[in-house]
Amino acid sequence: MLKNTLPDAEGHFGKHGGKYVAETLMPALKELEQAYTDAKNDPLFWEELYHHHKEYTGRPSPLYFAERLTKHLGGAKIYFKRDELNHTGAHKINHCLGQMILAKRMGKTKIVAETGAGQHGVATATVCAKFDLPCIVYQGAVDVERQKPNAFRMNLLGAELRPVHSGSKTLKDAVNEAIRHWVANVDDTYYLLGSALGPHPYPEMVRDFQRIIGEEIKEQIMEREGRLPDTMVACIGGGSNAIGMFHAFLDDENVKLIGVEAEGYGLETGQHAAAIAGGDEGVFHGFFSYFLQDDDGQIIEPHSISAGLDYPGIGPEHAYLHDIKRVEYVSAKDDETLEAFQLLCKLEGIIPALEPSHALAHVMKIAPKLPKDHILVMNLCGRGDKDIFTVADKLGVKI
Amino acid sequence: MSRLETTFDALKKQGKTAFIPYIMAGDPDYDTTLSLMLEIVNHAHVDVIELGMAFTDPMADGPAIQEAATRALTNGARLSKTLELVKKFREKEKNTPIVLMGYFNPIHKFGLDAFLKAAQDAGIDGILVADLPVEEDHGFAANAKKHNIDVIQLVAPTTPEERLNKVLKNAGGFVYYVSVTGVTGTTSALKQDVQKNIEKIQKYTTLPIGIGFGISSPDQSYEMAQIGDAVIVGSAIVKKIKENLDEGSIAKPDLVKNVSKFVKTLSDAAHK
Repeated sequence: MLKNTLPDAEGHFGKHGGKYVAETLMPALKELEQAYTDAKNDPLFWEELYHHHKEYTGRPSPLYFAERLTKHLGGAKIYFKRDELNHTGAHKINHCLGQMILAKRMGKTKIVAETGAGQHGVATATVCAKFDLPCIVYQGAVDVERQKPNAFRMNLLGAELRPVHSGSKTLKDAVNEAIRHWVANVDDTYYLLGSALGPHPYPEMVRDFQRIIGEEIKEQIMEREGRLPDTMVACIGGGSNAIGMFHAFLDDENVKLIGVEAEGYGLETGQHAAAIAGGDEGVFHGFFSYFLQDDDGQIIEPHSISAGLDYPGIGPEHAYLHDIKRVEYVSAKDDETLEAFQLLCKLEGIIPALEPSHALAHVMKIAPKLPKDHILVMNLCGRGDKDIFTVADKLGVKI
Repeated sequence: MSRLETTFDALKKQGKTAFIPYIMAGDPDYDTTLSLMLEIVNHAHVDVIELGMAFTDPMADGPAIQEAATRALTNGARLSKTLELVKKFREKEKNTPIVLMGYFNPIHKFGLDAFLKAAQDAGIDGILVADLPVEEDHGFAANAKKHNIDVIQLVAPTTPEERLNKVLKNAGGFVYYVSVTGVTGTTSALKQDVQKNIEKIQKYTTLPIGIGFGISSPDQSYEMAQIGDAVIVGSAIVKKIKENLDEGSIAKPDLVKNVSKFVKTLSDAAHK
């Protein structure tokens, strides 16, 4: 069972989080909150979820000692939590299964979702196929274009992909459209949100479904090393994989937690997706947190080499963990990420997604300076098959 | 008595329903908005003006209003300029209430106290923040009251009766009843459904009740005027503005006249 921590009853993590939505959505969120509270306290709900984690997703994912990388960097002992080996290739399946079982329990008959890179869209389409519910996925038209393989995957899985042409045509606009769709169809439709953000109870719910990552790490590292890690590193867009990795360790004060935001071309260029390093407090997509915005409070379009981190904000629990200084938030640039991506391919025979390549870029910076008995675990939360076109393009290779 | 109270009282005495048009401040530019505001007050008999504060991501609005916000922002709209616009309007027109409608982030960025003070100075009467439900009010409505600004609350068809008390507790000005479950300007509501819900709301408030979100034609305006105390039309007017723009989103010479003429048909229907 889950530990009783934040958020409070209204969904606040300190001043962050909450439910900043129009009245039209309030009753739907209350219904969801009630349904999730019931589910959370029902052992049968978790039993069903864990059954699918094991049989369908392939959990637990391995904790892998990256021997050659460790040797190459010459410092900390590096482990990867291999959530990229999950069915569908990323951690997103964890919260998709959880939310799908909840949607079924609530008697909803349709699913709507947004997607950025397409990983969440693919995972949603996957569980919709498995559980036999019709599925509409909104994706920014720009993202549809730059993530073509995932768009095709969603089609194969039977989802209806709706490209979004409003605003900046990326993830934030896909969220807007998914929410609009939900508002108009709340009776029979479940909104399957793709990260630990949005209005309460989504940040809490997605976190609880991702928490399994950290719980498994705890067990696996105890088995391997007989003690907890010294440092844990995860990349952050909205923050679902990172909160999933960190949450089980929040009370273990000796475990240093590091979240890596996408710095794009660099903070000073304004072309980045680092909401903590380069954003301000505000309200967007139904919650209080840090967001990229101009001096008039207008949301700024983020930039990142990885579509999955290309979100102008950060989940509210991360904002809170930053405020209380429990987690250190840093950032990695596009070029550093690209270098990390290539290094991992060559040294470990793993093609990582560009998202966790940001985490790896930071690991490459800190590991060499750490002692050899320092245990570092990085969340390798997605695989890179989807990114080979982007990477080829950046390297000037035609495929 | 506030301008909103005075306006609704006077209409009530005449047995009339208020007509409230929504326009996006700064769409396509502030000069056009100012001329349009004055024109519809003087020639289209509007009773209150609802002025949109542009935001990049207007989640509760449909495509027409999002496009209007994008046009306004592209042409340099910002909250401080929208407040200045109202100030200029007030120099020429003292009686017509102005209600601002928008999203919380630009207000938060401006600073809540600074915003309320500036809004009061500009002569703003009411404010509706679409993504600030009572749960996240954190004293905003009470603070606004101190600046003689009413915070207008939305009530939706999905709002359960047991929630109305909470929603309407600090409500001021009028109640904005969202007649359809959806975003602005997409579908229209059934009269009997709206009627039933309005009667439910009346049990919890003495404030006038305005109906908005699904009204786009004079016929609908007339129909809803029979049930509510005010009829609010946004997307249809905003679309009319778009029709009167050239390819570079610049106002054509007859924009103000044409839009005002359209507004008058809606307003006349509501006042019948």
